[in-house]
Amino acid sequence: MSDIFKPVTDIMQTKIPIGSWVEGFIFFLRDNLETFFDNLTEGIDTVIDGMVDLLLFIPSPLLILAFAGLAWFLSGRRIALFTLLGLSLIFNLGLWGATMETLSLVTVATSISFLFGMPLGILTARNKMANNIITPLLDFMQTMPAFVYLIPAIMLLDIGVVSATFATVIFSMPPTIRLTSLGIRQVPEELIEAAEAFGSTPRQKLFKVQLPMAMPTIMAGINQSIMLALSMVVIAAMIGAGGLGGLVLRAISRLKVGMGFESGLGVVILAIILDRITQSLGKRNKKNT
Amino acid sequence: MPKVVIEKLFKIFGDHPEKALKYLEEGKSKEEILTKTKQAIGINNVSFSVDEGETFVVMGLSGSGKSTLIRCLNRLIEPTGGKVFIDGEDITTMDKNALREIRRKKLGMVFQRFALFPHRTVLENAAYGLEIQEFDTAEREKKAQEALELVGLKGWENNMPDQLSGGMQQRVGLARALASNPDILLMDEAFSALDPLIRKEMQDELLDLQKKMNKTIIFITHDLDEALKIGDRIALMKDGEVVQIGTPEEILTNPANEYVEKFVEDVDRSKVLTASDVMKAPLPLLMLKDGPRVALRRMKENGLSSIFVVDKEGTLKGVVLAEEALAAAEKGEKTLDSILLTAVPRVSNDTPVTDLLPTIAESKLPLAVLDEDNKLKGIIIRGSVLAGLAGQMGKGGTADV
Ligand SMILES: Nc1ncnc2c1ncn2[C@@H]1O[C@H](COP(=O)(O)OP(=O)(O)O)[C@@H](O)[C@H]1O
Ligand SMILES: [Mg+2]
Repeated sequence: MSDIFKPVTDIMQTKIPIGSWVEGFIFFLRDNLETFFDNLTEGIDTVIDGMVDLLLFIPSPLLILAFAGLAWFLSGRRIALFTLLGLSLIFNLGLWGATMETLSLVTVATSISFLFGMPLGILTARNKMANNIITPLLDFMQTMPAFVYLIPAIMLLDIGVVSATFATVIFSMPPTIRLTSLGIRQVPEELIEAAEAFGSTPRQKLFKVQLPMAMPTIMAGINQSIMLALSMVVIAAMIGAGGLGGLVLRAISRLKVGMGFESGLGVVILAIILDRITQSLGKRNKKNT
Repeated sequence: MPKVVIEKLFKIFGDHPEKALKYLEEGKSKEEILTKTKQAIGINNVSFSVDEGETFVVMGLSGSGKSTLIRCLNRLIEPTGGKVFIDGEDITTMDKNALREIRRKKLGMVFQRFALFPHRTVLENAAYGLEIQEFDTAEREKKAQEALELVGLKGWENNMPDQLSGGMQQRVGLARALASNPDILLMDEAFSALDPLIRKEMQDELLDLQKKMNKTIIFITHDLDEALKIGDRIALMKDGEVVQIGTPEEILTNPANEYVEKFVEDVDRSKVLTASDVMKAPLPLLMLKDGPRVALRRMKENGLSSIFVVDKEGTLKGVVLAEEALAAAEKGEKTLDSILLTAVPRVSNDTPVTDLLPTIAESKLPLAVLDEDNKLKGIIIRGSVLAGLAGQMGKGGTADV
C-alpha cells in the first residue's frame, strides 16, 4: 500500500532549494555589481551625513522655531504649537542628536521611495503588464517580515546607515507606488476623454491632468511611506542606523525601561509632526490645484 | 462640399466583432447578438454627411448609440468598420500624430457632464486646447478670454469650476471648445444635465452664437424638442442604426416608420398646444376700404409678400398678394375687389398644433387663426409652429424619452 505513494512522498520530501536560489542571486549581485554598490553606499552615506551635520550645525532653538514656523505655514497654529513643545521636549530629554539622525534617515529613505515609487506607480497605472508584475511584488514586499530585508542589505552594502536606508526604502516604498497608481486610475474617465479630445499627447495628459488630479492621493501615499519608514527605525538600528532606534535598541539590551520609553516618545513625537504636516500638504493640494 | 462624411460606420464592443458582423448581415437583432456572442452593437451601418455651417442633430433613446457615434468622429472610440471623412480626409486611417492635429485644429468637443478640469481656473480650462498646442501664455489667455466673453463669462476667469453653477460650467465647456477656433463642434448631450430653464437659455444662446460663427455642429440629444429647435437636420437613431434623417418638418410630418411616429406622438401627446399658442399677432392688417397702393406700401414697410384683409368688425375677408397688388396698382385700380383672395387657409384658435402641420406644410400662405365669430385673431407662419413646439419645453419641462 505505502509503496504506491512512495514516489510521491519521495518527490515531496525533496526540498526545493528556494533559499539557495535567493542566496545565489544575492551573491551574484554582490560579486558583479560591487563597484556600483560601493558607490551607492558612499553616495547615500554622504547625503545622510551631510544632512545630519547641517541639522546639528544650526543652533537647536533656531531649528525648533524654524520647524514650528514651517508647521504653522503648512498646517496651522495647533500643529505649530505641538511642534514647538514636542521638539523642545526632545531637546530637553537629550534626544536631539538622535532625533536629527532619525529624521535624516527617514527623509532620505522617503525621498528615494518617492523617486522610484512615483514612476513605478505611473507605470503601473498605465501599463497592464507592469501592473500584473508589480502588484504581487508589492504584496510580497509588504508581507515579508521586515527583518528579512536586513540580511541582503548587509551583504550588499555592509553594516551601517546605508543598508538601514536600503531596508527602510524597500519596506516603505509600496504605499507610494500603490497610491500613485490609484490616484491616476481614479481620474474620471470623462476628464481623460476631454484631455484626449482636445489633442493632448500622453505626456501632456499625464502632467496636465492625471498627476495634478492624483496629487492628494499621492500625498497620502507619501504620508504612509513616511510612517512606515518611522516604524522601521528600531529594526534599522539593528544594522547600524543609530538615531532614536539605536537608543531604543540599547535600552532593550540593557532592560532600561525609562530610557526606552523616552526614546520611544521621541519617535512618536517625530511621527505625529511628520504625519500632520504631510497630511495637510495633501489637503492643500486638493484645495489649490 | 460636405464637412463631415460618415460611410458605413460600425462599432462593435467586444473581442470578436467579426461574429457580430456576421449575425448583423443575417439580420439578427442587437439583443439576439448580445446573448449569442456577448458582443454589444454600438453603431450599425451608419452613413450620412453634414454640410459646412449645418447644425446636425443626432437623436435617440438612451443606449441607441449616440455617444458612440460622436466619439467615432474624433476616434475617442475606434470604429470597427467604415470611414469618417473630415474635409475629405479619412480620419480612420490616420496615424496618431495626424489624428492629434485634427483634434487640435478642427474638432472642439462639449461633454454632457461638462468634464471641466477641477484643478484649473475657468481661464485655464478655456485655454487648455491652446496650451497643449504650445501657444505662448499671452496669446492663449487672450484667445481664451475672448471665448469666455463670447459665452458671457467675462469676470469669472479666476474662479474654480466648482464655484460655478451648472449652466455656467457648461459655458466654460463651450468656451474651451471654441477657444482654439475649430470648424466643427461635437456636442454630446451638452445641455441634458441642465435645468429646463437654463437649458432653454443655452439653446437660444447656441443658436445666437451659431448665427455669428457658422460652425459645423454635431449635436447629440435624447430630447425631441431640443432637436426640433436646434437642428437644421435631425438623424433619429435606434439600436445603433439611423432610422430617419430629415429636416424637423419632415420628421414631424412624415415619420419614416412606427418608431419615429411614436417618438413624435409622444411629444405631442404630452402637450396640448393649440393654434393660439403658436400664432403671431396679425399685424399689419388691411381694411376692406383700402386700395392696392396702401396694400403695397404696408407690405413693403413690413417686408411681407402677402397681407390679410378684415372688415370693421375684424372679420376675415381675404388675403392680398404683393405681385397682384402691384399689377392692380399699375392698372390704376382703386379697390381690392379684383385681387382679394378669399380662399385663405384658416384654422380655429383651438386646433391642436399637430393638426396644423399638414395644412401648413401644403400652404404657401400663412394660416389665419379665427375665433368662433370668424374674427381674425392671429396668423401662423411655418417657423412659429416649430418654435412653439420647442418653446413649450421651457414652460412645461421636457418630454422625457
Ligand atoms: N465600452 C463599452 N463596452 C460595451 N458596450 C458599450 C460600451 N459603450 C457603449 N456600449 C453599448 O453600446 C450601446 C450604445 O451606447 P451609447 O453610445 O452610450 O448610447 P447613448 O449615448 O445613445 O445613450 C449601448 O447598448 C451600450 O451598452
Ligand atoms: Mg450618451
